[in-house]
Amino acid sequence: MSYRNLPPDFREKHPSICVTVDPALTPSADIAKLYKESLDELVLGAEHGFDGVCINEHHGSAYAMMPSPNLLAAILSHRTSKAAICVLGNSIVFYNPPTRVAEEFAMLDCLSNGRLIAGFPVGTPMDSAYAFGQNPSMIRQRYQEAHDLIMSAWTADSVFPFQGRFYNLRYVNALPRPLQKPHPPVWIPAGGSVETWKWCAERDYGYCYLSYYGYAAAADLLEGFWREIDLLEKPRNPYRAGFMQMVGVAQSRAEADDLYGAAAEYFFQQSLHIDSRFVSPPGHSSEKSVRDRANSTLTRVADAKGGDGIGGIARDWVGIRDGGHVVAGNVDDVIEQLRELGRSLNVGHLMTMLQFGNMSHETACSNIRLFGERVAPALRDLHSEWGDHWWPSGCEGSAR
Amino acid sequence: MNGPDERFSDVGGHAIRIWEAGAGPPIGYLAGTDGLLRWSPFLEGLSRSRKVVVPSLPGFPGGGAGHRDLDTLLDWLIATRDVLEAAGLLGGDLIATSVAAPLVADVAAIWPGAIRRLILISPFGYSDPSDAITDIWAQRPGDISGVLSSDPERHTASRRPPPDTDPIEWKITLTRGDEAAARYLYPFGDTGLINRLVRLSIPLLVVRGTLDRTVPLISAQRIAAAVSGPAQLLEVAGVGHLAELDAPDLLIEAVERFLAAASVT
Repeated sequence: MSYRNLPPDFREKHPSICVTVDPALTPSADIAKLYKESLDELVLGAEHGFDGVCINEHHGSAYAMMPSPNLLAAILSHRTSKAAICVLGNSIVFYNPPTRVAEEFAMLDCLSNGRLIAGFPVGTPMDSAYAFGQNPSMIRQRYQEAHDLIMSAWTADSVFPFQGRFYNLRYVNALPRPLQKPHPPVWIPAGGSVETWKWCAERDYGYCYLSYYGYAAAADLLEGFWREIDLLEKPRNPYRAGFMQMVGVAQSRAEADDLYGAAAEYFFQQSLHIDSRFVSPPGHSSEKSVRDRANSTLTRVADAKGGDGIGGIARDWVGIRDGGHVVAGNVDDVIEQLRELGRSLNVGHLMTMLQFGNMSHETACSNIRLFGERVAPALRDLHSEWGDHWWPSGCEGSAR
Repeated sequence: MNGPDERFSDVGGHAIRIWEAGAGPPIGYLAGTDGLLRWSPFLEGLSRSRKVVVPSLPGFPGGGAGHRDLDTLLDWLIATRDVLEAAGLLGGDLIATSVAAPLVADVAAIWPGAIRRLILISPFGYSDPSDAITDIWAQRPGDISGVLSSDPERHTASRRPPPDTDPIEWKITLTRGDEAAARYLYPFGDTGLINRLVRLSIPLLVVRGTLDRTVPLISAQRIAAAVSGPAQLLEVAGVGHLAELDAPDLLIEAVERFLAAASVT
């Protein structure tokens, strides 16, 4: 839910889209319109062949104007009836105590009749350490404990005390409990932390790689997750994993260029214009991740191409399209690439970003309709031999 | 430079490095931002007339990874006192700089007799709302040296890995020190020290460089003014936050002048 009306010289005149972004750049009247259009787009997706709708959480950021995803999830619970509601997620370290997350997610699960997917991100460095002032050196330790508290709150059959290192509550009794038993499926959105692979694999949580750089660049990272699954001798069920891909589908390749090129450039040049001051607070990444990232292909590519923050790989439409950051083209092009994505990454949950940058509401709706009606049906047979145990039990297609 | 002798001592289940060099009246030194990556000209100069003892704090270079066991300021103060004890520095004279300064100042305030005379260089610990301590954890790569030193190239050089050092592990060492400092100082670099300094009655010298872009003058002034014992504030012209890196000889002179004047019985 990026703000869609940044000035053309935003990148030159402003250092960052988040943390220190000038509030005057995002007038509230525009945001009112953004929320309405975004909700309408998500509902349209639910009505046109999408199995679920997904929203996330960010703070102090015009990259995503969504500090409270649960508010929108509540609206979506009522405006949709079949689609999964994926909140990806609540940054659990930001809530004190974390039982607030247990309560609100349980409410959403009840409101939606068991269609909630509960996402527990650690939170980006920009959100957690700077916008929300959380001590980066303690975030991962607090996250583990917050998670344990939430899961206990959901599954306990009586009131219980919780005496932790960071959280101490004498009477934990989060009401309501979730509708789904023992709890909604838990998905962990990840951007490259190697500990998250093992953590998700051990707990049978969904592992979702949220990348802006396309599936070709994601193979190593997803394979890291699958290796952890192998080590635990669990089956490589593709529905364990999700991948986010930006998509622009049109009647022809030329039309795709016309419809999506400028919006993609806006996204990669403006929406991802993050001041490098806010990218690496100490302790936010574990030492293991720092070591692995220092050797990763992506880091070497980014360093070789230069650039700032996390938008430094491709910023022109041809580079964005040909680099696979956006899968764009006619229906057949998109189907072919997305089938390859699903196969090569062994991913069963494809999270498509069909509105990006400053794409107009009308174009986004057109993209959503065309994808839902022509592309989605051509992908359904992929991985159909597997049961989806990571899908809400209140939705069709769930094996829970 | 000759370099120090090195030993390790167990503190809280983690091995802490202790460097020692020189002979004469002993003085301890706790390094600040960056920790102590290598023996410095300041310490070498000081060791010509004194026995210089340099323990590492948890998480800082030479301090292992015990910082992750320390959650609260009280945890850090106890650990700091334990480090000083392991190094044989309790009851003696001490220099503490930058991010180490507030820990040592609090130890001196809370445990009478723990420190005899104290020199705080560019001290964190108090951040005034009118002129806050710079956010050292939100700097662009390449900018931090200019924030910490009046000679950014000298600071950059001081952080380069020694020959035959794995560059990735060196990066981890640097990051771990930042993480350790954040653990008790995030986000403002203020530990509430100002509320306890009235308990500090020992001779105190507070040093601040006029080009310090990290700790504002008001922080140093308020710290010097808050103690109940004899205190001086010394401003050193042309010197940045890492004053002993920028002007080691000037700082050695200042330390020796203070110790000569601050007589103890």
